[in-house]
Amino acid sequence: MSGVLRNNAWVLGLALLLAALLAVTKIIQPSFGAPGLESVARAALPFAFATAGMAVVVIVGGIDLSVASMMAVCAVTTAVLMERMAGVPAVLVVLVVGLSMGLVNGALIVLTRVPDIVVTLAMLFVWEGTALLILETPGGRTADWLRQSIRGGFLIDILPKALLIIAVCIAIVWVPIRRSKLGLSIYATGSDELAAFRSGVAVGRTRILAYGVCGLFCAMGGLSLAALTGIGEPVPGPYLLASVAAVVLGGVVLGGGKGGLLGPIIAVFILRIIRTILTLLAVDPNVTTIIEGTIMVAVVMLGTAATLRGARTCAWRPPTRRLSAWAASCGTTRWCRFWRSSFCSSPRWRSCGRASSCRSAPGVTG
Amino acid sequence: MRPGIVMPIRAGRDGLISTFWVGNLIKFAIPLAMLAACQVLTMLTAGIDMSVGVVATVSAFVCATLSTAWGVPAAVMVALACGLVVGLVNGFGVGIVRVHPLIMTLGTGLIATGCLQVYQRLFINAGSQIPEFLVWLGTGRTAGMPNGLFLFIPFAAFILWLMRFTGFGRLLFALGSNERAAKLSGVRAWQVYLALYALSGLIAAVAGLLYLGMIRQTSLSLAVPLLLPSVAAAVIGGTSIFGGRGSFAGAIVGALILRVLDTMLTLLQMPEGARTALFGLIILAVTALYVRITGTR
Repeated sequence: MSGVLRNNAWVLGLALLLAALLAVTKIIQPSFGAPGLESVARAALPFAFATAGMAVVVIVGGIDLSVASMMAVCAVTTAVLMERMAGVPAVLVVLVVGLSMGLVNGALIVLTRVPDIVVTLAMLFVWEGTALLILETPGGRTADWLRQSIRGGFLIDILPKALLIIAVCIAIVWVPIRRSKLGLSIYATGSDELAAFRSGVAVGRTRILAYGVCGLFCAMGGLSLAALTGIGEPVPGPYLLASVAAVVLGGVVLGGGKGGLLGPIIAVFILRIIRTILTLLAVDPNVTTIIEGTIMVAVVMLGTAATLRGARTCAWRPPTRRLSAWAASCGTTRWCRFWRSSFCSSPRWRSCGRASSCRSAPGVTG
Repeated sequence: MRPGIVMPIRAGRDGLISTFWVGNLIKFAIPLAMLAACQVLTMLTAGIDMSVGVVATVSAFVCATLSTAWGVPAAVMVALACGLVVGLVNGFGVGIVRVHPLIMTLGTGLIATGCLQVYQRLFINAGSQIPEFLVWLGTGRTAGMPNGLFLFIPFAAFILWLMRFTGFGRLLFALGSNERAAKLSGVRAWQVYLALYALSGLIAAVAGLLYLGMIRQTSLSLAVPLLLPSVAAAVIGGTSIFGGRGSFAGAIVGALILRVLDTMLTLLQMPEGARTALFGLIILAVTALYVRITGTR
């Protein structure tokens, strides 16, 4: 139990912070209730999907600067398609478009061996241009049911549909991946690419798929953008910085291998609710930008400082409990031996307390 | 490879290559190359400065609005001070608190944007004036070449000297190649980072002033579109984003290449979208080619 607590301390802290912020909102404006909650959740929709996509890519050890552009492409595709064809096939087409854009990003990174930050920077221009080619000026139209699907509450007023959509969509994509070999490969690649490669993980394929998942989330983000505005907008929104900030605030370490998707999603809501609080306090919207930026920077600073302090006491821990359990339980196949020997013999592993359990296992020279 | 990009234009449009055209090309490459200098310097230590676009805009805006009230010298000083302050904050975050440079500089950029918007609200009535000498520097020509070179040539010489022949430059390379080794050999990393990012902010502010003279208009997003091309220029010029390898001379060539591309795509009368997309593809292709040829990342 304490282990679970320790491993999820950051997420728990975030959840408590979110609860505290909600309480503050309620104190500032006693009438804040279901409608307020609903509008916060609705505004958070595109941010949540952008953040989820970014989180997957950061976990695999990369970064995707093109999320906002991909969302713009998906939004205009939605708006254009929905004028011409039925809604459900259009949604499916958009999802496929997003997935393939992400796969293209990943394939280019792996094939050209150019740093991911440069590739996605270049692809930012490419996707932005593509969005402009699809739709020169804001236009198109989204189906009514799509616009209605994110408004109001589900069954009870207090549970906004938007929140449910975020939870369900992300869970449908992420939970199966996380439980499968691909999930382990993503974490392994992110935490130490060389060790993962030597353990037999198909590093290149894993990275391409991770970028594909990011593209898929961006497609959902684009759909929600189209649903929010009712039209397609070819100019990328401010989702890049916001998603990076939420990912870091959510406990995903830049550089990869650590964290999940729950933390970043909670972080998105924290950032949105802070904006709501500032609006309720009648702060100038421009000052709000300053405060938001300061909070993001301060949070990242505190997080980094905390990570550094933690790093001094125990040099390194395996990225997840499941990964270490998997590494310990699997047999003596060549693949696992390499995995374990490359991890166990690293000085980072030795300096933390788990080295003994590592050495006692058969077939491993540590 | 590099002359190869110029050739199609020469072939396609006869008589286009003139002194005027070359001068124009150089003129618009100068601010880009100055911002690319920020990226080269920070990338040497495996960092990046995403706040340069905003810093340049802030400095241009502050200079233009304060010139009427406080006089030109004071306005320029304040504008440079703004850049220095943002740079120092970046340096504090990166060097002392150890935040990832990408996040830190994106964050300070966001804060600076907010501050600029608030400032614009307060000073909306003051009107703006572009200092004479900045206009001369930005738009004037001497013997067909833009006057901006009077600023840029000493600047480029200074940066090249700084990187090649000073202890500071060597420290940048050392920290980028192996930060741990550098620290163990007694480098006080935080001091280097603080100085580096302050310098980067200062350079961005100077570039913003020059750009102001060139465009002769104030706007809240004046130099922001230059941010990503500046990163691209540095990368095309062979600077490794992982630190320890790079040169400013390469970045200058990179800036020129980007400007030639830009002109070429405009001349071909492509739609805006296709131009943007092609721009990205070419950056990718050039970088991939570079990686393939040199075998480095």
